[in-house]
Amino acid sequence: MATVVIDPVTRIEGHLKVEVLIDGGYVKEAKCSGVMFRGFELLLKNRDPRDAQRLTQRVCGVCPAIHATAAALALDNAFGIDGKLTQNGRIIRNLILGSNYLQSHILHFYHLAALDYVDVTAAADYQGSDADLQSVSSFLARGALEPFVPRCEGDYRLTKQENRAATAHYVQALRMRRKAHEMLAIFGGKMPHDMGIVPGGVTVTPSVDKIAAFYHSVNELGAFVENVYLPDVLMVAGAYKDYFGLGKGADTFLCYGAFDLEGGTSDPLRRKRFFPGGVVDGGLNRADVDAAKIIEYVTCSWYEDRGGNAHPTQEETIPAQDKPGAYSWLKAPRYDGKVTEVGPLARVLAAYVAGHEQVKKAVDEVLTSLGGKLPELLSVCGRHAARAIEAKILAAALADWVMQIKPREPAYIDYQLPAESEGAGLADGPRGALGHWIRIKARKIDNYQLVVPTTWNASPRDAQGQPGPIELALTGIRVRDENNPFEIVRIVRSFDPCLACSVHAVDWRGRSLARYRIA
Amino acid sequence: MSKTVREVPVVWIQAASDSGCTVSVINSAKPEIHSVLLQEIVPGRHINLRFQATIMAGQGEPVIRILDAAAESNEGYILVVEGSIPLEEKCCTLGQRDGKEVGAAERVRELAHKAAAVIALGTCACFGGIFASRPNYSRSVGVRELLKRERIETPLLNVPGCPPHPDWFLGTVAHVMLFGLPAPDEVDELGRLKLFYGRLIHENCPRRAHFDAGRFAASLSEPYCLYLLGCRGPQTSADCPTRKWNNGTNWCIENNHPCIGCCEPEFPDGTSPFFVNTLGMHAPALRLDEQGMLRPTNTDSAFLR
Repeated sequence: MATVVIDPVTRIEGHLKVEVLIDGGYVKEAKCSGVMFRGFELLLKNRDPRDAQRLTQRVCGVCPAIHATAAALALDNAFGIDGKLTQNGRIIRNLILGSNYLQSHILHFYHLAALDYVDVTAAADYQGSDADLQSVSSFLARGALEPFVPRCEGDYRLTKQENRAATAHYVQALRMRRKAHEMLAIFGGKMPHDMGIVPGGVTVTPSVDKIAAFYHSVNELGAFVENVYLPDVLMVAGAYKDYFGLGKGADTFLCYGAFDLEGGTSDPLRRKRFFPGGVVDGGLNRADVDAAKIIEYVTCSWYEDRGGNAHPTQEETIPAQDKPGAYSWLKAPRYDGKVTEVGPLARVLAAYVAGHEQVKKAVDEVLTSLGGKLPELLSVCGRHAARAIEAKILAAALADWVMQIKPREPAYIDYQLPAESEGAGLADGPRGALGHWIRIKARKIDNYQLVVPTTWNASPRDAQGQPGPIELALTGIRVRDENNPFEIVRIVRSFDPCLACSVHAVDWRGRSLARYRIA
Repeated sequence: MSKTVREVPVVWIQAASDSGCTVSVINSAKPEIHSVLLQEIVPGRHINLRFQATIMAGQGEPVIRILDAAAESNEGYILVVEGSIPLEEKCCTLGQRDGKEVGAAERVRELAHKAAAVIALGTCACFGGIFASRPNYSRSVGVRELLKRERIETPLLNVPGCPPHPDWFLGTVAHVMLFGLPAPDEVDELGRLKLFYGRLIHENCPRRAHFDAGRFAASLSEPYCLYLLGCRGPQTSADCPTRKWNNGTNWCIENNHPCIGCCEPEFPDGTSPFFVNTLGMHAPALRLDEQGMLRPTNTDSAFLR
């Protein structure tokens, strides 16, 4: 038996350590540890509630738009203006969030995941006229190959031509994700950390020149997704077909849905959304989400037990760094007691089973081209495919939505800051289901809580000893070469972990400050 | 391009960060980030990016060896630090040594000693930023504070912003590569290049005429001066009004959103609440009313509250 520790896991967001116990070449046990802790909810306490979306965006620089969105939804709810947002406000929030989905998925496939499958050294003796490949080949010729080395060796399966094409696309994708952020900035002000989404709508004046610029940009990105990104995912999946049978973790998939299509009801989970919410099991049966079924366990997390193992609104979390048996700053959220995956795969499944026309068509096309069936999407390749499918459908939707903006109508409504209130904002970001909950007292944030996507996916064991989704996905897999653990890193990265999001210190009742101790 | 290319080693580590600074830097349009990675960023010099956790190919022990090798070498690398540094070291660890987690603070200490220069990237790395805001649970500090405590005298340049504009960072790197460390009169007392941070946003704001004439926005979507809605332009040094953001697409105030002072050492505690005016700065077009609130003197102003 051997223990393989990967610390740090790179090409993710944030700080993650993965430890696996290997017996006879197979993973017997896996542990996923979040090793950074910033105490976000503590810093939000006693601040002006209207600062929430600007501060919580700083939870993550890769996915700030969903935090701004969820915060704004929670504040709209707390301020009693959910149902009063203007069409322009609702649409433009979707454009800002959607632009970041496109950026995030392109970044993930090419710049976070691809180096596990693509051998960039194939561009070494390139003699052609593609400027991007020429710069790669000159770079390789100079011999100082960082950051592309060191790397895992021994399992790159694409042909020389395929590797060269993917390498050229890696460079092109750097440009395209930058353009997705430029597109976002049209309505969001700047990115990272947009300056546009606020409670009441968005601040931007939605003028006709912005509409035209966004439309042009989203069509360019849509063409990239359709002609380059999605085909590259299929090409890689075709060469690594065994990864359709690897990487299934949980049997339950959760999404809150994303992109409001109508003015809000007070319950974000009942709102009509472009990507519908839902919880889907391994047998592809779907049910509505019941937020009361979420429990966060702290059994293997560095927090005291007596405050945990409860619904987010009932928890009291007291950090305990030296708790025996604990191994992560992440807590372990579970839905209805079940280990639950969130993210693009969950969204695509929920949409597919709900009969969403474009998702069904895109998924069926991908399955046909790869000769596979729907259950095989519950895998490493399935997750990469789900992201690309989502990106394709979303690009087309963004192009439609921007044309629905009416420049002479407002995108923002004013409100009165209440002295006391509560609100919840639940929506899916690129990595999955995100919840923000706020309680306001004396016009200040009395408590603020976040339950974020990667906490679900990278969670440690719960009170029943059930490993989290990534831990489950790693258990039982064959690792051919412990020194080049391709299988492990490909599985972990397929989840697109974002650790900055996933670690937090919650104190719903405001007492943990006094009890905090570092042992 | 030159025939001989000198490799300039750069080690970039992330402490308590949200990776926003990394994302902002890869948004660079001039130069494009692939040029920075693959080509000579200035003639005869290529950045040899030894360590950068978001994009590097390797993981685990092999990449930690890179950090250890750098800390023992005499190569004179540039150390880039992103994120604030928790003095409670278990709050942020980076890799292992002898089976135990090593705190990010320890990594910064070791690597700063042997670096030719340190660049603190982002407000968190410069001044502590968001994660050092009250109550500062993890006892996070900026790089400057850490180097002072440890009496490490490696030259330090600060590139603040939340996140910083990619031009501010790459421009600072280009300066070091072309001309070495900046002269004392090229940086301000906070270690920032005056080229980027030398003037207040308020001095160059396109809405300054509205401020002077007393046309103040009463509501967030209005195209007038945002001062009475909390704008920190008068408090913040940066060239956002002229450089703008995301390749000249837009920027905060142009988007009808008040500046939140994200480049400043006091961000966020000293620049918030973001939507309430606490600067109390007087101006020709403003007067104090009976409740001590700033009001426009121009009674035709749209400001109603």
